[in-house]
Amino acid sequence: MTRYIVRRLLWTLLVLLVISLITFILMHSVPGGPFDREKAVPPEILANLLAKYHLDEPLYKQYLRYLWDIFIPHISRIPPGSSLTDDHLINIKIGNKLWLKWMNFGPSYSSRSRTVNDYFRQQFPVSAQLGVMAFLVAISIGIPLGILAALKQNTIIDYIGMSIAIFGVSVPVIVLGPILIWIFGVTLKWLPPTGWGAKPPFILGFIPSNLKPEFFKYAIMPSVALGLAQSALIARLTRASLLQVLREDYIRTARAKGLPERTVIFVHALKNSMIPVVTIMGPMFAALVTGTFVTETIFGIPGLGKYFVLSITNRDYPLIMGTILLYALILVLANLLVDITYAFLDPRIRLTD
Amino acid sequence: MSEQTVALRVRPEALARPVRGFWEDAFLRLIRNKAAVLGGIIVITLIFVAIFADYIAPYSYSEQSLVDNNAVPAWMLKVFPTIRGYARINNKYLLGADYVGRDLLSRIIYGTRISLTVAFIGPLISLLIGTIYGSISGYFGGRIDNIMMRLVDVLYAFPGLLFIILLMAFFRSTLTRLTPGTFAYYVGQLDAKMGGMLFIFIGIGLTAWENMARLTRGQVLSIKEKEFIEAARAIGAGHLRIMFRHILPNVIGPLIVAETLAIPSYISLEAFLSFIGLGVNPPTPSWGLMISEGAGVIRTYPNQAIFPALALAITMFAFNFLGDGLRDAFDPRLRGT
Repeated sequence: MTRYIVRRLLWTLLVLLVISLITFILMHSVPGGPFDREKAVPPEILANLLAKYHLDEPLYKQYLRYLWDIFIPHISRIPPGSSLTDDHLINIKIGNKLWLKWMNFGPSYSSRSRTVNDYFRQQFPVSAQLGVMAFLVAISIGIPLGILAALKQNTIIDYIGMSIAIFGVSVPVIVLGPILIWIFGVTLKWLPPTGWGAKPPFILGFIPSNLKPEFFKYAIMPSVALGLAQSALIARLTRASLLQVLREDYIRTARAKGLPERTVIFVHALKNSMIPVVTIMGPMFAALVTGTFVTETIFGIPGLGKYFVLSITNRDYPLIMGTILLYALILVLANLLVDITYAFLDPRIRLTD
Repeated sequence: MSEQTVALRVRPEALARPVRGFWEDAFLRLIRNKAAVLGGIIVITLIFVAIFADYIAPYSYSEQSLVDNNAVPAWMLKVFPTIRGYARINNKYLLGADYVGRDLLSRIIYGTRISLTVAFIGPLISLLIGTIYGSISGYFGGRIDNIMMRLVDVLYAFPGLLFIILLMAFFRSTLTRLTPGTFAYYVGQLDAKMGGMLFIFIGIGLTAWENMARLTRGQVLSIKEKEFIEAARAIGAGHLRIMFRHILPNVIGPLIVAETLAIPSYISLEAFLSFIGLGVNPPTPSWGLMISEGAGVIRTYPNQAIFPALALAITMFAFNFLGDGLRDAFDPRLRGT
């Protein structure tokens, strides 16, 4: 098991390297630079700017420098956060005026006063909160709906449940978002149409410090808009999987032993039927946390999504790289977590090489 | 002995029933599914609307009339009472006009062209790349398979949405600044002629084939050890012939069904790209672009976002229903998955 996880983590590292390389090549082959303005910058200033960010070096050197900054931990006497080029995500004090620093994602080119790590600390938690809330919406609607539909197969409940599911799959965020805003925000005025109810600093860098009704008032519409389609997918998958499991011999055995129907379903059947559901939950979680652009745009939420799109148009190289790597890391870790969860759900699955 | 028992149990009238083929059987199952039939009818209607948009649409999709900007027809005051008081009434526009006075209904009608083209070309590209890649990987196996599948794994770990945004930004900015005469310049010209659709197709093609490649590989692996493949090899058929004449026809069914089920995701991808401004070029009417423009004024003129949104939702419904029906019809064991 440990060997398996170590192997997978090494593979993750390789994947991240390849992704960073592809992204680096792709973004540097796009014409235009980070300091192009409508009014041309004087050549001397441009040269200084390029030198400041090491953009005048050969590309391979820039790439290696980037990798060095984010992957290799440094030990330094300079206190953390003293300059924009020396802002690390992880700072551990290891002695008197001695810090272990790791993961410097560099300064942002488009915002001269912020580093990429600032975006990670202030914008990413908002996207993550939205993603987690949407994920909770997806699970808490999807799984009960799927179980209900499977247990009442071919009854009116099943048909209504699955119609709701098809409805959910068919209505993307860009459709549901404006409609929700119009109904609940503009016409009924029950919920604030746009905005987000939490501001940095966050507890543990992620949890909003004011978990009051106010926060949920802002969060409920975007979470539903983002999570509904996923809940529909979960409902369909749960139903199909549970139906299949209920036909297995060991369910018949459990019933023959005289176990109450509730025990049969919730202890014996449900656990096994969750395997395919858990499989899609990994990528789904990653997709929800990373795929919040449209929801953020529609609901005016200050998350990372908007800045990612902007970073591409601005050629803000460090922000592009940082965002892609962060999201890729979430994606591969979510998939790893899924594979480990398998072993707990189904003892027949052994994690070997 | 057992055969005899079976034969005795067969009712005579069952023997008289005509024997139906696979396709006929599937078709009968499909038309018995009411939701799928409804989806099919809507899809056919949409195709019809897309082809004859020039004759159906009351106005051109790009014709502006600035005096009529944000105009609404009189009936809309009943549906959206909030707009009473400031909205400019003009019954010329059935669903209202947008911020530069273009007829919304006409733009929605022309918008079917974009969504439907993506709905058909998207799966085609993904199927083409995915099946070729997956067949080669599965058929040759061993080291080739290993390398090819690792590449798919890496691409799989790429956050898909971010990748496609990056690609689109790349295409948009590269090919608009080229010197005339080069190949890339002509590609850019072609894209401009298609209203920006070409790059959407390329973007989809580069990102959507991975699933198809995995699925094809799995199917090929399961079939390549069968006797008839061995027979083909024994009579001296080459690799290409075996792959495309013997294996592919046997695995293509589930692949097509999988692509049909993926159509709504292509439609919403295009709408999404146009929404964030990386899809079609204005004034080409895409529902995503219209929703994006409408979302900005949703408090004042809700009709500008809601009607394109409804058009998109109905189209997605239709393709979802039809896809589900097709899957159930071709593989009844999978019903409801």
